[in-house]
Amino acid sequence: MPAVRTVEAMMLGKLDWSAVPFDQPIPLIAGAIVLVAILGVLVWVVAKGHLPYLWHEWITSVDHKRIGVMYILLASVMLLRGGSDAIMMRIQQAVAYQSQGYLPPEHYNQIFSAHGTIMIFFVAMPFVIGLMNLVVPLQLGVRDVAFPTLNSVGFWLTATGALLVNISLVVGEFARTGWLAFPPLSELSYSPGVGVDYYAWSLQISGVGTLVAGINLVTTVLKLRTKGMNYLRMPMFCWTTLASNLLIVAAFPILTATLAMLLLDRYLGFHFFTNEAGGNVMMFMNLIWAWGHPEVYILVLPAFGIFSEVVSTFSHKALFGYRSMVLATMAICVISFMVWLHHFFTMGAGPDVNAIFGIASMIIAVPTGVKIYNWLFTMYGGRIRFATPMLWAVGFMVTFIVGGLTGVLLAVPPADFMLHNSMFLVAHFHNVIIGGVLFGAFAGFEYWFPKAFGFRLDERWGKAAFWFTILGFFITFVPLYVAGMLGMTRRMQHYDVASWRPWMIVAAVGMAVLTIGVVCQIVQLVVSIRNREALRDRTGDPWDGRSLEWATSSPPPVFNFAFNPDVRGEDAYWDMKVHAQQQSLQRDGPEYQDIEMPRNSPTGFVCAFFATIMGFALIWHIWWMVILGGLGAFATFVVFAWRDHDEYVIPAEEVAAIDGINLEERRSLVSMAGTV
Amino acid sequence: MAMTATVGHAHADPHHIGLVIEHPGPAPKRIVTAYGFWVFLLSDIVMFSCFFAAYAVLSGQTAGGPNGSEIFEQRNVAIETVCLLLSSFTCGMASIAADMRNRFWFYLGMAVTCVLGLIFLAIEFREFADLVARGYGPSRSAFLTAFFSLVGCHGLHVSAGVLWLLTMMAQVFAKGFRADVLRRMMCFALFWHALDIIWVGVFSVVYLLGSGA
Repeated sequence: MPAVRTVEAMMLGKLDWSAVPFDQPIPLIAGAIVLVAILGVLVWVVAKGHLPYLWHEWITSVDHKRIGVMYILLASVMLLRGGSDAIMMRIQQAVAYQSQGYLPPEHYNQIFSAHGTIMIFFVAMPFVIGLMNLVVPLQLGVRDVAFPTLNSVGFWLTATGALLVNISLVVGEFARTGWLAFPPLSELSYSPGVGVDYYAWSLQISGVGTLVAGINLVTTVLKLRTKGMNYLRMPMFCWTTLASNLLIVAAFPILTATLAMLLLDRYLGFHFFTNEAGGNVMMFMNLIWAWGHPEVYILVLPAFGIFSEVVSTFSHKALFGYRSMVLATMAICVISFMVWLHHFFTMGAGPDVNAIFGIASMIIAVPTGVKIYNWLFTMYGGRIRFATPMLWAVGFMVTFIVGGLTGVLLAVPPADFMLHNSMFLVAHFHNVIIGGVLFGAFAGFEYWFPKAFGFRLDERWGKAAFWFTILGFFITFVPLYVAGMLGMTRRMQHYDVASWRPWMIVAAVGMAVLTIGVVCQIVQLVVSIRNREALRDRTGDPWDGRSLEWATSSPPPVFNFAFNPDVRGEDAYWDMKVHAQQQSLQRDGPEYQDIEMPRNSPTGFVCAFFATIMGFALIWHIWWMVILGGLGAFATFVVFAWRDHDEYVIPAEEVAAIDGINLEERRSLVSMAGTV
Repeated sequence: MAMTATVGHAHADPHHIGLVIEHPGPAPKRIVTAYGFWVFLLSDIVMFSCFFAAYAVLSGQTAGGPNGSEIFEQRNVAIETVCLLLSSFTCGMASIAADMRNRFWFYLGMAVTCVLGLIFLAIEFREFADLVARGYGPSRSAFLTAFFSLVGCHGLHVSAGVLWLLTMMAQVFAKGFRADVLRRMMCFALFWHALDIIWVGVFSVVYLLGSGA
């Protein structure tokens, strides 16, 4: 019945029941469990009557702190997903010696592609963007980011991307092409399924979200600093945020353009990267890595900022070499755009080009080394407290140096010719991304958790999580270095070389230890929430901090600061505390004023709703739904532009009441300190 | 946690620069909005630069199909360019009218800008349709792929600009010259002028260089 088929094709595009992998139990069961969990949570939320609270206080919130928390929540959930992929891969390679293991090749290929995509785009990115959102306005002493509603749009678009990736688990398939979908493999002739489309559209949509976040934070840092917050008085985390977001603004459009080209090839028969009609595959490599290498620094620079804050606070000293740190940060920001070719030395660009990019890649290690020494000298002579955030920072220094050195090794083109695409490379980038970005994210999580929620995290479980994670990390990845040296290439579904086997087994054991570390962190969260009264932070300054985020209560009021702080030097809050000992914290009975704050807006959520519809429809070629989604998005834009009141006023009395409580706590603290 | 600040006031000016110009505090909303939009435009130009780069790489790859000099019609391109450059002028007039709160000149300036934009789009659409009809669509060769994408990307931006323009006129009609409407108008004007600058690039790199080859 051809007529029926045409109608079906019009209504549903490529979508039919064969899209659901009934023959593959693993994704189906995993998908079912997730679906049941989500439905369960939804039913619980509705039944308990939490829906209005969730809608008004979180989903439509344009408060940078709430959005930051939601970003981190998204990242944490996706970390579990990406981590499950990692566990499956480690087990597969431990058992698939001279056998097929338990994962068929097409499934294994999807897993390593999804693992990379998720860990970079939906774990590392939202985690650091979440922390920047949460902390930077507080550190700058301002009430919100430059564009609060756009901020919400950015978050929800990122969530849309994550949702699409997860939908691919049960409806259709994910890419089997690796996390960067290199053509010609990713072209229609070699990947005819919807996997690459899921990949590309989810990244396009979340990429828009990331760009929005980048523009927002650049503008916030450059234009919204409080009075007296000169550039060279900004906390280090603000500097690295600036550098990282400048990189987002400069690099993410390249990703957007590159994926657009790939999509044009796939959807409309264009010839950017095809083998036929003059397409150029290596152009994809150049373009994708012109984004991809800065991306590495987009992730790790904020982590450097976090470590700077943590090391300085827990060493009880100002950061050593603040200005050299600023210089190093901005140097990395610039040089990160000049090393992309080291990702494909084997392309055959010739010895001169390879030498130049090899040298540039080694040069970028210099400012990074400057940073390491600055942290070490900050610790030198300090009164160090080994609280959990500080453990992560020290663990980072050790781990990251190892990863950095193997990176310098790979920057030597002849060595790279041997190690390209080997397990050595896999070990190297996990060494820097886990040791740098993830440890940084965890340090930031432990450090700023009390600021976000008003109580500290349990130290014992936190320390256990740290030790299991760092131990598990080394047990997992040192064997991968060795396997790479023994010639094992990456992404192998099975292998026949006996000498690799023991290392794969050790790596699997390491993965188990790493998993215990993750479990410890979940337990830590549960235990801390249970004991929150004992762990309560009443002063807003649980770590004896140095920058302005500690000058307000924990959690901060919606307006962050009752008065715009007046900054007189580096380490603004430390300065205030020092002065306060002589002057009592504030003048008596400060004159509070009305505060204008941006109103909540469902724009972000509605945008994401239409983006999800549009993305899904594009993946499955359901054209009427694409048009519907597009019209919906435009309508949302117009309705948003039509609103008359985008701000509301918090009256002075309310500000006074909120601020008074915190002020009392702080005063009592200062008077106590004064008597010591 | 007890506060044990003992270091004293050493860190207020640790580098002893002496004269420090105090940052005056957050910028006004108008500045913040325009600044953010500038940053967006820069990112948009980075995206265009990728399509320019792709065009530069692929422009020789005609795969037996036509090259630029065989398909570009300079007369059409000249009319397109005049339309777009003129529209930048009328857009500027509309911006001034908005600043002067003069509705008549604002509507007139925007309307002319819109018409010029539509003429530009119509000519471009005809050029594309004509090429496709002759069998020189974007799938014919990598050169045509890059050509259609670069010029088409600009055309899509102009289309979005026309939609935005109409929305701005409706906003002024419904809301008057409110502060937020004026801020958006400023962003729109920046956007429209930026498209002009990109067109100058497209005109030079694609049509001028291509016709000569």
